[in-house]
Parts: sequence; C-alpha cells; structure tokens
Amino acid sequence: MSAVAEAGRTIERPVSRSRRLKRSPLGKVLIKVPFWFLIAAIFVYALFPFYWAIRSAFTPDGEQFSTPIDYWPANPTLDNFREVLSTSTFQHALINSTIVAGAVTLISLAVGSLAAYALGRFRFRGKSAVLYLMLSMTIFPQIAILGALYTMITDFHLYDHLTALIFSYMIFTLPFTVWVLTSFMRGLPGDLEEAAYVDGATPLQVFYKVLLPLIAPGLVTTGLLAFIAAWNEYLYALSFIQSPDKYTVPLSITTFVGKSGSSFQQPWGQIMAATVIVTLPLITATLVLQRRILAGLTAGAVKG
Amino acid sequence: MSTVATPAPAPRRRRKSRLQRRQSRIAWLLLVPALAVVAFVALYPLGKTIYYSFTNQEFLAGIEPTKWVGLDNYRTLWHDEIFRHSVWVTVRFTLITVVFEFVLGMIIALVVNSKFRGRGAMRAVMLVPWAIPTVVAAQMWKWMYDDVFGVVNDAGVRLHLLSHSRAWISEPSTALGAVCAVDIWKTTPFVALLLLAGLQVIPRELYEAADVDGASKLQQFWRITLPLLRPAILVALIFRTLDALRVFDVFYVFFQNRPDTQTMAIYAQSTIVGDGHVGYGSAVSVAIFLIIGLFVIVYVTAMRVTGGDE
Repeated sequence: MSAVAEAGRTIERPVSRSRRLKRSPLGKVLIKVPFWFLIAAIFVYALFPFYWAIRSAFTPDGEQFSTPIDYWPANPTLDNFREVLSTSTFQHALINSTIVAGAVTLISLAVGSLAAYALGRFRFRGKSAVLYLMLSMTIFPQIAILGALYTMITDFHLYDHLTALIFSYMIFTLPFTVWVLTSFMRGLPGDLEEAAYVDGATPLQVFYKVLLPLIAPGLVTTGLLAFIAAWNEYLYALSFIQSPDKYTVPLSITTFVGKSGSSFQQPWGQIMAATVIVTLPLITATLVLQRRILAGLTAGAVKG
Repeated sequence: MSTVATPAPAPRRRRKSRLQRRQSRIAWLLLVPALAVVAFVALYPLGKTIYYSFTNQEFLAGIEPTKWVGLDNYRTLWHDEIFRHSVWVTVRFTLITVVFEFVLGMIIALVVNSKFRGRGAMRAVMLVPWAIPTVVAAQMWKWMYDDVFGVVNDAGVRLHLLSHSRAWISEPSTALGAVCAVDIWKTTPFVALLLLAGLQVIPRELYEAADVDGASKLQQFWRITLPLLRPAILVALIFRTLDALRVFDVFYVFFQNRPDTQTMAIYAQSTIVGDGHVGYGSAVSVAIFLIIGLFVIVYVTAMRVTGGDE
C-alpha cells in the first residue's frame, strides 16, 4: 500500500525510507488514504447488489421502468411487498421451503449427532474409514446421482411431493452435519464422561445428559448451516417438483410472473421484494451467529 | 490448523479387553442410522447411476425394452459436440472464477487482517453475499444486467465506461463474463474468510522478528505469509474448484439450457429430466464425476508434493 505514497520520493535504502514515511504525520495520512479507499471499495462491492435489490423493491413500477434510473427511490412504496406476499405461489413456497428445510435439518441433527458421538468420543476399528466416507460425501457432486434418484423417486411415487426433497437433501446435509459435529464432540475435554459412567449411566444417557447440552451451540450453528443449504437448493427441486403449489422458494423466485401473469415485462420490483423477504432472515441469522458460523465453516473446511 | 484433530494415541498392541469390544459395539450401533441414510441416499443411487450408464434406460417405458448396451453411451458421449462444448464452458468458468476469487479473496483477507476500526463490521459485511442464496443472487444480478433499465448499463454509460447499453446476458460475447461476475461476487468473501482464518493462526512474533531484521512488507508476504498459509490456500482452491465444476444454479437462472452456455451439470440434468434419456444422461453424470475426481487427484497429489518438505 505504501508504494503509492512512496512513488514521488527520492530513492534511498528501502527500510529507512518506509520507516521515515511511517513516522512523519503527512506520511501516516498518505499511507492511510489508499487503505481506507480499499476498505470502502470492498464495502461497496459486497453490499451494492443487495442495496440494489432493496432499492428496487421499494420503487414503484412507474419509476422502475423509466430512464434515466433513480439510485434512490423518489417515492418509496410497499406495493411490491404487498403484491408478492398476496401471491399464493409465493405463500406456498415459503411454507414448503420451511417444511422441507426444517425436516431435513431436524433429521440430520438427530442422526448426525449420534454418529458424531460415536466418531468423536469412541475408539474403534474402522473409524477413520467412516470419517473419510463422510468427508468424501461432503464434496459429492449431486448431479452424479440424479439419474438414479429420478427413477427411485418415481418408483416410490414421491415425484412432485415435498418428501422427495426431504429424502434427497439428506445427501448433502447429513455428511456435513456429521463432520462438523464430530469436530465439536472431539473438542470437549477428555475425561468428561467418566464420572457419569462411574455413577452407572448408560452411553445413551451420557450422550443426551452430558454431551448434548455441551455442544448445544454447535448444534445451533450446524443446524443453521444445514437449513440454509436445504433452503437454497435448486437442482433437485427443479427436477423433482412440478406443480406450482409445491414450489420451494428458489423455484418460485425464478418463475415469478406476478398476479397479472404478463410475460411482456418481468415484474422486477416484485421479484426484488421477494428476494429481500427471503434473504433478510438469512442475513440476520448469519450476522447474529457470525462468530459461530465462522467457526463452523472453518471446522468443515480448514481443518479438513 | 488442526487444533481439534489431535490424533488418538496408538492403540497398545494387546489383546482387546472386554471394555474395548463393548465400546466398539456401541459405536457401530450409534453409526447405524447415519450409515443407513448415506447408503440409501448416496451409495445405492451412485451404483444405480453407474449401472444405468451402461443401459439404454428411458424414463418413460418405450416400445423397446431396456437393455445392456455396454460402452455405447460412452462412445456416443466421446463424439458428442454439445457435451464437449459444455465441458469447455465449465472449465473456462472454473478457471476464471477460481483465479479471480483467489486473488481478490487474498487481498480482502490481508486488508481485513490488519488492525483498524470497524474491522468487525467489515467481517460481518463479508458474510452478506455468502448468506444470499445462489438462485436469489442470480436473480438480483439478472435485474442489474437488464438491457434497458439495468443499473450496470446505466452506471457504465454515466461513468463513460460504456458507449451504449448492452444486453449482457443474451450477447454470446459477454454471457460467460456476466455469469462469472455473479459467482465471483458471491464466493470471494467465503474464500477471504477461509484465508483469514489461516492468517490469524500465523504467530505475530514471526513478523516482529522480520521487522527487526529489516525485511520489507513484500518480503514478509512472500517468505512468511504465503508458505504458512499454504494449507488454507489449498483447501480454499479445492473447495472452489469442485464447486465451480458442478455449477448449475447461476447458469440455469441466466440461460436455462441455452446451448452455447450450457454447463456439464445442465446438460446432464436436461438429458435426464428434460428428455427422459436416463441411460445416456447417467453416462454424462458419471463423466462429470470422473472429471471432478481427476481434479481431486491432481490437487491431492499437489498437496502431497508441496507438503512433503514440512
């Protein structure tokens, strides 16, 4: 960064030059300016698209589709939100996505925490094999099994049912849950269970009375990440769901035509209102739990 | 970086005690539900997909019965121009996005790693693009790219970067770049956060010592930061590459299955679900699986080779 500030100066030995620059008050400012400029650029880059969605959601159609465009809505309106929330496809989609993502998360946590208990607190043969299996599943491309899933789901008469999604989403939520919860289980102190065992507790009692409360924060984070993954899924939803009243949120947002059903101009104001409605809870949850999410993400990735 | 993964002490080479045997039985019992789900939802379908790829399986039972066709599907695939083009599109997308995300992510991580006021807010801001669902992000950008009322055209013309408005998505020359920009925007923060986690475990004293010895910031970056960050870099690169190779959502939202901008995953999906050619589509899936596997092997070997001198 200091290179910019140094450019106009006479050439001396590099070390002393940069030191002297840092000491003078003017030099301090000259170093700081490009730095803060960079910070501002990152800030704008990360937030502008989301700002634009919010701005478009509050802009009435008359201004939305006229040039030159306004960067700030002159006459903000809630019409787009009202319209989109009264559309039955979108209402259904919110409910459907909540059901699917909720069920997938609960099942993954229940099954995954038991497996994590075994992998994190027991010593047995074949443990590393199971861990490798779970790890390879987390990078498993979903497209690789689409053909078989498609025929299986039809054979079970699950095509166009939400159950098909709950079933197929386990492939990416469960291994991830197992992997992350295992690292939480391992992180607990070594001889934690011993006292309970001495008192005659069974392994299952130790699990839900001693260990589960201790990894509760981990469960929340992992559950949230699994929920987000299921909430966002598109490929399987597109392939296994057909009728609009079974649509999940991603499906409804990409096929939204508004109440009038006009295909001449896409109702971008309403679509953006929908994106804001869908995204806001996710962003809020992420920000509230940001420290834990970072820990969870890096446990799943960096420690791999 | 493996603070959690402390290896268990090597088991003593002794006769297994009763307790150990009991422990291992309980552990396997606890694993049964998870393993059953994985077997049923992943392993069995994988085996079945591989089997389908050697048959002429159709979704709707036709007049012709389903039969074993050997390597026919793969032979057709080898000469399939549409598939070849989809591989080319996917590989170009992967190269562009991974390079940009890595370079930008590194810059952002270095900036956020230095101490300044508002650093916490900055890290929160970085999570915003990550938290937005891919499909939703794609829709947001699609609107920004609108050829008449889009903000990209408007800002470009106002700032004299563009001489006239363009149809970014429908013009073949800009389509790939437009879609890459969305992915770069959405995942650069994630890469930055991974690298940041790696940066933060590098001991401060190393830099202090280097300062005392009079090493410049650039020298410190090349000699201290990069080598110590290597594990985090490799993990970030692997994750991003594997993700990019199976890309589906952004492309589908932007182009559906428009032939010139079809990725491998879109070709497989439209062959299986759209056309109902389950057998041939499965062969496409298996090919994708193998291509991704190839990349994994290359990366893991690279990691072994470069990690050998540690």
